[in-house]
Amino acid sequence: MARLELNQLSKRYGDFFAARDVTLDVADGEFLVLLGPSGCGKTTTLRMIAGFVEPTSGAVRIGDNDVTQLPAWKRNTGLVFQSYALFPHLTVAQNVAFGLEMRKAPKPEITQRVGEALELVRLGHLGDRLPRQLSGGQQQRVALARALAFQPDVLLLDEPLSNLDAKLRQEVRVEIRKLQQSLNLTTVMVTHDQEEALTMADRLVVMSEGAVRQVGSQRDLYERPADRFVAGFVGRSSFLSGSLETPERFRSAGGIAVACRPSTVATGPATLALRPERVTVTPEVASDVENGFIGEVEFVSYLGGLIDLHVRLSPSDVVIAQIPNREDGFMPRTGDKVHVGWTVASASVFPGSGDDADSADL
Amino acid sequence: MRGALAIDSRTLGRWALLTAATLTMLYILAPLISVTWLSFYEQEIPSFPPEGYSLRWYKLITGNARFVDGLLLSVQLGVSATAIGLLVGVPAALCLSRFRFPGREALNNLLLLPLMVPGVVLGTALYVFHVEAEIATGGRFAILGSTLGLLSGHVLVVIPWVVRLVLASLAGFDRTLEEAAQNLGADRWTTFRRITLPGILPGVVAGAMFGFVASFGNLEMSLFLVGPGRTTLPIAILQYLEWKIDPSIAAVSVVQIVLIGTAMLVTDRFVKISRVV
Repeated sequence: MARLELNQLSKRYGDFFAARDVTLDVADGEFLVLLGPSGCGKTTTLRMIAGFVEPTSGAVRIGDNDVTQLPAWKRNTGLVFQSYALFPHLTVAQNVAFGLEMRKAPKPEITQRVGEALELVRLGHLGDRLPRQLSGGQQQRVALARALAFQPDVLLLDEPLSNLDAKLRQEVRVEIRKLQQSLNLTTVMVTHDQEEALTMADRLVVMSEGAVRQVGSQRDLYERPADRFVAGFVGRSSFLSGSLETPERFRSAGGIAVACRPSTVATGPATLALRPERVTVTPEVASDVENGFIGEVEFVSYLGGLIDLHVRLSPSDVVIAQIPNREDGFMPRTGDKVHVGWTVASASVFPGSGDDADSADL
Repeated sequence: MRGALAIDSRTLGRWALLTAATLTMLYILAPLISVTWLSFYEQEIPSFPPEGYSLRWYKLITGNARFVDGLLLSVQLGVSATAIGLLVGVPAALCLSRFRFPGREALNNLLLLPLMVPGVVLGTALYVFHVEAEIATGGRFAILGSTLGLLSGHVLVVIPWVVRLVLASLAGFDRTLEEAAQNLGADRWTTFRRITLPGILPGVVAGAMFGFVASFGNLEMSLFLVGPGRTTLPIAILQYLEWKIDPSIAAVSVVQIVLIGTAMLVTDRFVKISRVV
């Protein structure tokens, strides 16, 4: 396995940037996940690494080699396709052997390595089957074995779990992650599924409109989102628009004043983002929060273990609070007046008073 | 009561379907059956009922040099035309399905044209072209009535079938399989040979089969292109019919039907042509 480096990689179609200045450094043995909505450029980036999309500018380096100009078949990357793309006319063993045959490995070595790769995904007994005789989960494992058998420098996963049913997906997630760790595989995975990204990655890259918005650990993205898009895409946030009056005070459009962390954002129009589970809801004034407001419960959704409350603080400010569903807990109903609060550390401020587009996905 | 009625109408429907299917099959098979029957008649003038049965017409045609030579020439022509048709048609179909370029539609139609132009028109046009070509080159390019001229005409007849049927199977071919092969280290040619070709093989084989049959049975165009002393089987049959009507023609037809039918059945065992056609 090897290090993977993307240096200012861009792909332009006419005036449209499918990927713009993507710069990433994937360490040897690291599991990096590219996360973003469809059309954000994550798949284009993956295909540029594999060599199926020729970058307009920038470079791809695998190990010590610049592979930007190399065709796909000379790059030594192992790609697991979303549709698996198993060769229908070849048996499982022949599929797995394909990469080794292309590298002119001697026959006995091929047999041995195919056996090992199939054992790795626990399909050693199905080598003589044709792909269509296997279940979706088994086909997925064959695709993985095929991508690993020839010992690629980098493993690439293109939404590898999206064709599996929900229960199987959870199992395979853990399975792939364990395999990746035990073999120390440098891996890049593309997904739009947040939960999948959070459970599998060492590090995540959030992309939108062709550009990298933030790179970091799960905790980084959740606790310190770099911008409003990340705050809305990773986990949930409620947004209040308004302006930053001083570096430590935000005033909403509805007129409420919020104390916040000293931020580097310039004073002026700004948006405040709040994680729903960081918002406390109490019948009386709570003393342990810096920001306390009285609001009216507008909407209650009962989610089983958790309850979502939409609380209106002013004619134009609504926050979402998520509270645990406890037997002895406080359980407000629609129309109740409640005390809502949050600490200085729980809110993030971003420049620009946002439009309504992001609040729509709450 | 209602239940019984429902069953009755369903049974009725099934019978209607069966009858229609049988009639259609009969309509298709009737000429084949009667020609086969006729080929075993004893008497020379086809009349009903037959006076007896014999194999004399089969013996007669195997002894007839015109039929034997015609058959050989037709087979040679068909095989070579099909081979060349594949060499031209398969890459053409690949280009048409893979690339968007100016004049793509025009090329697509041009390649299918020989199928739509009546054989007589095609034959006349080629004949005139051959004459003009000889005149223009002062006779050095002696294509008129040559094997090359005849073969090039037959290639034209084969190409539309190959292009059409290969295009059909390419439409159902998953191109990510090619990317998978390239990701595993196969260059373009290896990818084509190991992955694409096996994937579109039913279309290629079906195209070759139909192209061969079209070339083998071609009469109208060939009439204009054959040279003296060299006739294809359909022309030999036509010429024989001008003088005689006896069951030997039926015997020749049966031989053709058996040859082509066997070829189809054998190929279908290895490649499921029915998946494309």
